[in-house]
Amino acid sequence: MSLHYQPVGELVRLVRTRQLSAREVVAAHLARIAALDARLGTFLHIDEAGALRRADEIDAELARGSDPGPLAGVPIALKDILVTRDVPTTAGSRILAGWIPPYDATVVERLRAAGAVLIGKLNMDEFAMGSSTENSAFFPCRNPWDLERVPGGSSGGSAAAVAAGLCAASLGTDTGGSIRQPASLCGVVGLKPTYGRVSRWGVIAFASSLDQVGPLARSVADAALLFEVIAGFDPRDSTSIDQPAPRLSGALTAGARGLTIGRPREYDLPGVDPEVKRAVDAALALLADHGARIRDISLPNSAHALPTYYLVAPAEASSNLARYDGVRFGRRPEGASTSLLEMYRRTRGAGFGPEVKRRIMLGTFALRSGYYDAYYRKAQQVRALIAEDYRRAFAEVDLVASPTSPTPAFRLGEKADDPMAMYLADVFTLSCNLAGLPGISVPCGLTAGGLPIGLQLVGRPLDEATLIRAAAAHERAAGPAPHPPEMAAS
Amino acid sequence: MAALTREEVLEIALLARIHLDDDEVDRLQGELSSILEHMEALRAVQTDVEPMTHAVPMALRLRADAVEPSLPIEEAVGQAPDRADDFFQVPHIIKSGK
Repeated sequence: MSLHYQPVGELVRLVRTRQLSAREVVAAHLARIAALDARLGTFLHIDEAGALRRADEIDAELARGSDPGPLAGVPIALKDILVTRDVPTTAGSRILAGWIPPYDATVVERLRAAGAVLIGKLNMDEFAMGSSTENSAFFPCRNPWDLERVPGGSSGGSAAAVAAGLCAASLGTDTGGSIRQPASLCGVVGLKPTYGRVSRWGVIAFASSLDQVGPLARSVADAALLFEVIAGFDPRDSTSIDQPAPRLSGALTAGARGLTIGRPREYDLPGVDPEVKRAVDAALALLADHGARIRDISLPNSAHALPTYYLVAPAEASSNLARYDGVRFGRRPEGASTSLLEMYRRTRGAGFGPEVKRRIMLGTFALRSGYYDAYYRKAQQVRALIAEDYRRAFAEVDLVASPTSPTPAFRLGEKADDPMAMYLADVFTLSCNLAGLPGISVPCGLTAGGLPIGLQLVGRPLDEATLIRAAAAHERAAGPAPHPPEMAAS
Repeated sequence: MAALTREEVLEIALLARIHLDDDEVDRLQGELSSILEHMEALRAVQTDVEPMTHAVPMALRLRADAVEPSLPIEEAVGQAPDRADDFFQVPHIIKSGK
């Protein structure tokens, strides 16, 4: 039996009933990484020794008759923005190359406690800034459906590794679409929880009012299982919502009947690929066949989401990334210490890549004295209008549907020299973060050229259960999403 | 109107504590100007609302003022680019008296 495309629940069942050892499961995935990842570039660090040691511990626990937890023996790889004790963490940046964190992020602690085996750290756009993973300071990552194309970003390594069967599931982060857009481009499920639902303790900060951790997985049930493990209150995150993690097994089978799904008129944009539009319309028609009501709605401030996001997020980033100063951790270039100011400037000039510099500069511009009201404050006011649009829409509908990404995966290099073209890749995902809402991307077919397309659903605050319910209903009606042919054959 | 001058780019880079090479200054001048042009659309939006500072309205929570274990010193300073004993070492900030 090949293990690399097994559902998470099935791996847990096999390990718990001792039909397979955790070591066998983990070793099979490590072997697949060794065989395929040179072509994909998903892993920045593979913790082979640590993973096998942990797998043996799981097997020993089972031999003693104790239960290692709901993710017993499941090989999981993490976006390299999540801090892991004794395992290098870079956030895709040269400025953190070689840093070994002294602690685990809360989500990492929770995965470990649930019996998951962490096999390595995944490639990403530097500090999660990007939509293609080409901004990784180390090497680009490729889409397993077409190696000449990007996997999306910034959690591109997570989406590609899950799609290629290099890990059973992954965690990413989503500040403006960084879980959902790569999930869409790689044909996997990506869930961005409600802001505050999942702890940000130990998550390297990009934009603190927008960042959220969530799962990428090959099925809605797998994503729901990971979400149940990582969600819930954490006193170490001051913005953590004091609510228990939801139980989602009921939602997985509740079906679409009785749900009302809104389709925003404003999202009918000329830049949307016709194949994407057709696939999303077909997905909604399928949900309608299974009892959902589809209706047109209006989100009048949609067009303002992009400029609003690209003021709010860079402003927060310029503040958050001030900590990379060459004093306490990370790299300080040789000969930079002629004065404190020079040390800062040289450390940051050498350590940050072009996109990170661009966004810090943009944020510094928007926050500087005399410009704050015209740019940052104005963007925060428009943000309030965007959130109000959703509040009004949710009085009439349970979910808001759209394409996740206006296009399927684009070619490496295609948008690399045009920042605005790259920013437009997130045009449908940004407002979900601005409003703090939960969102999911689910596969909804392939283009004629064989590239995945994603359907995005956005829900009410803390109502991940309805997202999971509709996503699972669509998945059951449409059948399981396909695997990339080249990888499936390997 | 949003076009940035070269001097403005250098001023922002200084505020951001980022050294830029000459070619980076040239490129960023064009790129930032073009990005800021897209931001101008927001000026026309009627915004007589309170700014939204966070995704979810919530009061800042304080933890109890109790002593808790903190990072051991060796772990805290062990990966600093430059250290002296238990301290992070940086270039002189205050001139010595000699």
